[in-house]
Amino acid sequence: MTSLVLLEFDDSGIKQPSRSAVAAAQALGEVHALVAGANVGAAAEKAAKLPGVAKVLVADNPALDHLLAEPTAALLVAMAPAYSHILAATTAIGKNVLPRVAALLDVQPISDIAAVVDADTFVRPIYAGNGMATVKSSDAKKVITVRAASFDPVAAEGGSAPIEQASVGEMPGLSKFVSAELSKSERPELTAARVVISGGRGMQNGENFKLIDPIADKLGAAVGASRAAVDAGFVPNEYQVGQTGKIVAPDLYVAVGISGAIQHLAGMKDSKVIVAINKDEEAPIFQVADYGLVADLFNALPELAAELERS
Amino acid sequence: MKILVPVKRVVDYNVKVRVKTDGSGIETAGVKMSMNPFDEIAVEEAVRLKEKGVATEIVAVSMGVAQCAETIRTALAMGADRGILVETDTDLQPLAVAKLLKAIADQEKPQIIILGKQAIDDDMSATGQMLAALLGWSQGTFASKVAVEGESVTVTREVDGGLETVSLTLPAVITTDLRLNEPRYASLPNIMKARKKPIATMKPADLGVDPAPRLTVLKVTEPPKRKAGQKVGSVAELVSKLRTEAKVI
Ligand SMILES: Cc1cc2nc3c(=O)[nH]c(=O)nc-3n(C[C@H](O)[C@H](O)[C@H](O)COP(=O)(O)OP(=O)(O)OC[C@H]3O[C@@H](n4cnc5c(N)ncnc54)[C@H](O)[C@@H]3O)c2cc1C
Ligand SMILES: Nc1ncnc2c1ncn2[C@@H]1O[C@H](COP(=O)(O)O)[C@@H](O)[C@H]1O
Repeated sequence: MTSLVLLEFDDSGIKQPSRSAVAAAQALGEVHALVAGANVGAAAEKAAKLPGVAKVLVADNPALDHLLAEPTAALLVAMAPAYSHILAATTAIGKNVLPRVAALLDVQPISDIAAVVDADTFVRPIYAGNGMATVKSSDAKKVITVRAASFDPVAAEGGSAPIEQASVGEMPGLSKFVSAELSKSERPELTAARVVISGGRGMQNGENFKLIDPIADKLGAAVGASRAAVDAGFVPNEYQVGQTGKIVAPDLYVAVGISGAIQHLAGMKDSKVIVAINKDEEAPIFQVADYGLVADLFNALPELAAELERS
Repeated sequence: MKILVPVKRVVDYNVKVRVKTDGSGIETAGVKMSMNPFDEIAVEEAVRLKEKGVATEIVAVSMGVAQCAETIRTALAMGADRGILVETDTDLQPLAVAKLLKAIADQEKPQIIILGKQAIDDDMSATGQMLAALLGWSQGTFASKVAVEGESVTVTREVDGGLETVSLTLPAVITTDLRLNEPRYASLPNIMKARKKPIATMKPADLGVDPAPRLTVLKVTEPPKRKAGQKVGSVAELVSKLRTEAKVI
């Protein structure tokens, strides 16, 4: 039984959610990793260093640039006969590509698994994480996306797998990449950060998010937001934490001016320690917070920055 | 052009769902049901394309128990022209839904199919991509902007690091993200008008599809409960507890 994991990467290496997907695949047996894209030689070298990866397959082709769904799915389907399980992290790319692969293989995908029970059986959240379903697949091949927050990622270094070329067949040209508007940030990525500080509607506007910056700087934190804050245009969409945004499980999650709707809790309630700062002592967020501070955030945030600066 | 919009009947997003005590699933008896919020956004987008003169007809499709007809009525009240109900008591999973939708698309020949990016009950986020695969069409998932230009459609997508824009050859499948638009409320006259719009009813067998689920739910359990912790009196106390008690900073 061998699994194939579709990796995502950037200039700094293999992304942490993909390393979590490798960890999930290790629970199933031998792991091969796929590095696909245009000019991906350096990424393949990095993939070869992941501990527990037995082989790296490289598909270097201009048609695979940006991992558009149609060509990437075609590639995975062509490679599928050699594998029992095909996995990727539950990211924008994983969610875009893997269901397409599954349909082409006549398989029902198993989305966003939080645990591996055995080769056919997995645990996945439903209803915004209000239920954990144990599901058993009757398909011969499994197509799986992995909830990164539920699996400790494998290290970035330590292995030395051989690198082979994957054969790239016919690539459908149904869609074209036009442009990307990716926000540049010095901060860690939300899904990889050890500390996350999120602001909600209580922040009132985008300018006020600057109050979070010195605290995030001090703690090496990523900055997130509730849907209300994103919808109101305070911060860009990729900040959204929740059922339909990013799922995070950092050591420390600080919710500032966030009420604690189920859809928000779905994205952060597996954090190790939760802090809530809210002026309404009845706010539901306090029901999941380890430490609750009933305060006006416009006083609390500057005080917090000063307190952290002091010691 | 014709637009197809699949709309799912789900437990309303405001309901605090409970896991059944026997672990067989989620308690849905007597619970308020609504159209999946992402599908409202899909209907709204289709109606706007019709208002702009891009679309000529909007067909809303829902699959599942007989009451899915109510979900179709909601779409009709928002501005869809007619409905198709695929009635079955089988637990429909995305592969089956995608196959049924493909069969309908083969008959109806829409140029665009707009789905929600995710059903908020099963949280699969898979059906649109699977439908695009079965049809051999292009796909634009998690759309926050859609612009039809001649033979192609430009879709701006919400991705992990920001936004990505792709150009899709028509026909195409699009799935909606939250910020694509704000769905309208149906006005009373439009709700009345919707009662007269036609809904065709069929069974999976009529479409030549075996809808049997491939995933068996062995059990559903409650997630580990977090207990509420303590209130702290000041920022200084908070910082000190995070350092010495929780040891996370
Ligand atoms: C289909 C669907 C998907 C969704 N997905 C998500 C998702 O992924 N993520 C998500 O977050 N939401 C999601 N939502 C929205 C969710 O239901 C809530 O509407 C949203 O989380 C509320 O955001 P909020 O807590 O910032 O705003 P509010 O609920 O308005 O809360 C603001 C809070 O700020 C506090 N506050 C105000 N001023 C101050 C101050 N000066 N000092 C301290 N506290 C203050 C208030 O007491 C209040 O508790 C989704 C909804 C739907 C329908
Ligand atoms: N039973 C159904 N009837 C109609 N549309 C559906 C059904 N199931 C899924 N869909 C569509 O597929 C989208 C994604 O659902 P899912 O892949 O289950 O998360 C939904 O937002 C709907 O547009």
